[in-house]
Amino acid sequence: MTSSRFSNFAFGVLAWGVALLIFFPILWLLLTAFKTEQQAFSVDPTFWFTPTLESFRTALAQGNGYWHYAWNSALTAVASTLVGLALAVPAAYAMAFYPNKRTDFLLVWMVSTKFIPAVGVLIPMFLVYKTVGLLDHPLGLTLLFTAMNLPIIIWMVYSYFRDIPKDIVEAADIDGASILQTLFKVVLPLALPGLASTGLLALILAWNESFWSITMSDHRAATLAVYIASFKSAEGLFWAKMSAASVLAIAPIIVLGWFTQRQMVRGLTFGAVK
Amino acid sequence: MAIVELKNVAKRYGSSGSNAVENFNLTTRDGEFVVLVGPSGCGKSTTMRMIAGLERNTDGEILIGGRDVSQVPPKERDIAMVFQSYALYPHMTVAENMAFSLKLKKRSATEIKAQVDDAARTLGIEQLLERKPRELSGGQRQRVALGRAIVRSPQVFLMDEPLSNLDAKLRVDMRAEIVKLHKRLKVTTFYVTHDQVEAMTMGERIVVMKDGQIQQIDTPINLYEHPANRFVAGFIGNPSMNFLRASHVDGVLEGEGFRLTLDPAHAKTMAARAGDVWVGVRPEHLEDTDGEGNAIAGEVEVVETLGSVTVVQLRVGERFVTAQLSGHRRIEVGERLTLGCASDKLHLFDVESDEVIARNSVSALNAVAT
Ligand SMILES: Nc1ncnc2c1ncn2[C@@H]1O[C@H](COP(=O)(O)OP(=O)(O)O)[C@@H](O)[C@H]1O
Ligand SMILES: [Mg+2]
Repeated sequence: MTSSRFSNFAFGVLAWGVALLIFFPILWLLLTAFKTEQQAFSVDPTFWFTPTLESFRTALAQGNGYWHYAWNSALTAVASTLVGLALAVPAAYAMAFYPNKRTDFLLVWMVSTKFIPAVGVLIPMFLVYKTVGLLDHPLGLTLLFTAMNLPIIIWMVYSYFRDIPKDIVEAADIDGASILQTLFKVVLPLALPGLASTGLLALILAWNESFWSITMSDHRAATLAVYIASFKSAEGLFWAKMSAASVLAIAPIIVLGWFTQRQMVRGLTFGAVK
Repeated sequence: MAIVELKNVAKRYGSSGSNAVENFNLTTRDGEFVVLVGPSGCGKSTTMRMIAGLERNTDGEILIGGRDVSQVPPKERDIAMVFQSYALYPHMTVAENMAFSLKLKKRSATEIKAQVDDAARTLGIEQLLERKPRELSGGQRQRVALGRAIVRSPQVFLMDEPLSNLDAKLRVDMRAEIVKLHKRLKVTTFYVTHDQVEAMTMGERIVVMKDGQIQQIDTPINLYEHPANRFVAGFIGNPSMNFLRASHVDGVLEGEGFRLTLDPAHAKTMAARAGDVWVGVRPEHLEDTDGEGNAIAGEVEVVETLGSVTVVQLRVGERFVTAQLSGHRRIEVGERLTLGCASDKLHLFDVESDEVIARNSVSALNAVAT
């Protein structure tokens, strides 16, 4: 009794400790964003100082201005998520409800493409994009993000579809529904929570993507990743400005994550708890 | 309503392996209630799913109302199916579940409402129409599943173990209700079950299956009285038929602990045969006897008192024999008991093939005698 109460307490402390450890860099980032460059650069870390919005003012005006990059990030993330879902739904439908001998292999193969390091395909991708004129184009980044997230989206949608009893799909078939009617009137409504979680995850992954964004765009299609990177200058102090820019860049996704966290957790543990 | 014909139907899953269903031949009457029964894995669901079109038959023809539907998708076969899991649409209300197929057929809203209300009244679920499936009990879901099938007025009903998720009491009630429903609608129905009691009480004709093969197709009473082989004899009836291996000499069957005299018709058939046979006796045909004529004797091992009947297990030689004696009997474990059976209640089976050894008719015997 008392020992279990003690271990509960110990686990509680441990959980809080780990959470703080993970959260600390973000807290530090937030604090630095409100400091002057001198304070940010100072060797003695200070928690108490007079906050200033100076860095934010500079950051918002950097390059083409914050909103240009934010718009590109939002556009490419939303578009790639929608295209990804549109491609994944029919693929997952076929694999979940009409599986054959090769279905399992296909799934593993798709996910295994994620094991290839991105730099491995950087040169060919760059050359192809250069030739077809997709460099520094929002469509180019959208396609890249779609390709990058597609295996994960298909895998997740597939597992949500698999949770729908096959009998229900067969009942719709016998009731006279075409494949599209079964999809839109039966399967999608039942998988909606799962699709929402999948969409959110894809959105976050695309929003956070930096490798391809930085290498494939620099101006017109530049996303927030490019925006943050542009604060690195060879000389001068830039910690506070960069922190402010980072706060601006992650704020939308943190707000989104905050409001959808229940949905995310439910969706990601869907199969496990049922 | 339609006649359903299956001609040499076979199903093989995948490219290799044996057939899940083989050489299936059956022609229903219009509006008949046919039960497919057999142990788990014998191919009942596969047969049903081929009629529905959810699986393509690898071989043979399936005709519904004279039309070959082997290549026709499920939705064009005009059939309705009730699944063991009910397979209701979880996101739709009861009314929407029942209306789904009619909506897809673009029926008018008033017509749909009339038909749904009618089916709901038939099944006594009018007050549940606005509920979601998760707010219903098992028995209510079962009714909704039936309702979804009957609103469509299909040519054929297919029901795959529709009652096996219900508790015993409810199962008996629903059994009667489905039979009543069938009497009213007179739609040709295929009903799958692994429960021989369900088969016997519901079926107009019963198809007994084992390992993908039809064992016998017959009315319930004929299956009981004239089983075609040892499998059917053992499967139909509860408690199961007893089988004893016997040697035959001049119209008398003998083995360790028993001696049975054949009736003239059986004796006539057996006269032409040599060697051992299986003799089958139903537990309910065994009675206390004074040891005259037919006798099976052994030591009592188990006594089950059920009130209306007393079920006794005897050790006869190396085998156990179950007897169901009417009424309450005072029988002690360890006691020696001698049981008798009327000669015309004996069933004989070939020891090699397990096929029944039929009686030659007595009139034929008389004809030979004169
Ligand atoms: N989709 C399938 N793929 C491969 N084999 C199957 C499939 N469905 C059923 N079988 C096999 O076919 C045989 C008959 O199964 P089934 O028709 O479901 O039997 P029942 O309904 O009488 O229990 C079984 O041996 C089963 O393992
Ligand atoms: Mg089955």
